[in-house]
Amino acid sequence: MSLVRRIIPCLDTDGARVVKGVHFEGLRDAGDPVELAARYNTEGADELVVLDIAAARDNRPTFLETIRRVAEQLAIPLTAGGGIRSLEAARAVVRAGADKITVNTAAVERPELLSELSAEFGAQAVVLAIDAKRDGPHWQVRIRGGREGTKLDAEDWAKQGVQLGAGEILLTSVDRDGTQSGFDTDLTEAISTGVSVPVIASGGAKSPEHFLEVFTRGAADAALAASIFHDQVQSIRALKAFLKANGVEVRLPC
Amino acid sequence: MKVTLIDYGAGNVPSVERALRRMGAQVETTNRPENISAARCLVLPGVGHCAALITALDAHVLRQPLIEAITRGATFLGICLGLQALYESSEEAPKLQGLGLLPGRVTRLPANVKLPHMGWNTLKTIRPSRLLRSLPSEAYFYFAHSFAAPTGGQESAAISEHGREFLAVLEKDNIWAVQFHPEKSGEAGAQVLRNFLRAAA
Repeated sequence: MSLVRRIIPCLDTDGARVVKGVHFEGLRDAGDPVELAARYNTEGADELVVLDIAAARDNRPTFLETIRRVAEQLAIPLTAGGGIRSLEAARAVVRAGADKITVNTAAVERPELLSELSAEFGAQAVVLAIDAKRDGPHWQVRIRGGREGTKLDAEDWAKQGVQLGAGEILLTSVDRDGTQSGFDTDLTEAISTGVSVPVIASGGAKSPEHFLEVFTRGAADAALAASIFHDQVQSIRALKAFLKANGVEVRLPC
Repeated sequence: MKVTLIDYGAGNVPSVERALRRMGAQVETTNRPENISAARCLVLPGVGHCAALITALDAHVLRQPLIEAITRGATFLGICLGLQALYESSEEAPKLQGLGLLPGRVTRLPANVKLPHMGWNTLKTIRPSRLLRSLPSEAYFYFAHSFAAPTGGQESAAISEHGREFLAVLEKDNIWAVQFHPEKSGEAGAQVLRNFLRAAA
């Protein structure tokens, strides 16, 4: 008996449609969230993340409806986020069917948000998303979809976030996101060994070897990717078979 | 099959309800004492902080009706916190009293592993389990918790491990409970709910 490493597809949506960008910019349409969710649910995804990435912030009802329709398809956990700035907004997302809430910019601007969410939903439902960019020997926390820098160091912020009540870290390498050149394993290893909660590695995945590396050298508890799954460049089933053959424990769907 | 789902505001009530309906159960979602008193088949879901569950049960005056319903033989399924609440107390909320239907105390998992215990894990059966009927021994279930009930009691049907062994499946007469989330555990979780509904029918 041991906890297995998780594979998590991510649906970046503009509210109603799945989109994908390179370096957080240049969005293109990548499909219907409900169809993709149903496919991943049966293909053996361990969880699903749905993010409202664009400025669809002014179209929140559309995103909530997307969460509702996606949740209908799933018998696996669902994390949702993007633009959640208040307890009220988080409640709406949970009521729509999310099991976990992820927050990013709003937590940087008002760290108490993490404590408020944790008190209401429990730490296991609070995912702190950190967008990190290499800056010499360290990594800088970036906000607003990676566009804006902060004074925060990613390792420090991760530890502080956990203290405040985050139960999981979703760590995205801004340098690698969309490049398909592999996860930033140095970043992942630094954060994952530095905090007491699970860390989901994100940004740069393409080949099965990238996943193997982030689970072994990067010490990631879970790995997240988007377009390689949406475009069927990589099947989840084949990826898991590869990982298992290479000594990484994963859940093979029945 | 009518199932009374106790809704005290827990985050996973909608997904448990959806999963039970998918299985053809007729689900009554309620926080009213009289509905719980009249129930023949009860499900107590839960996720998050155990104090939230205990205080919500008391705020809605559900503690006594629930204990009485279970004591007179209503079939009961506890999920996650719904399992932990059955014990006398929990280290997570030391000042509060659990339902006390089972002796013992819920404690925190050790700090030498990452917490919460979040993700998919397997089970080891201690004795033949009705909830796990037709499931392969390598089936995976989804967990999301930092506290857990003790193993070793006669109610232990299956255990799992994260830092230490802990109780994963509890079966004692009409009292059934699981530490994992069957509503989030894919086909394996669906089979557990099916087994429960069949046993309760």
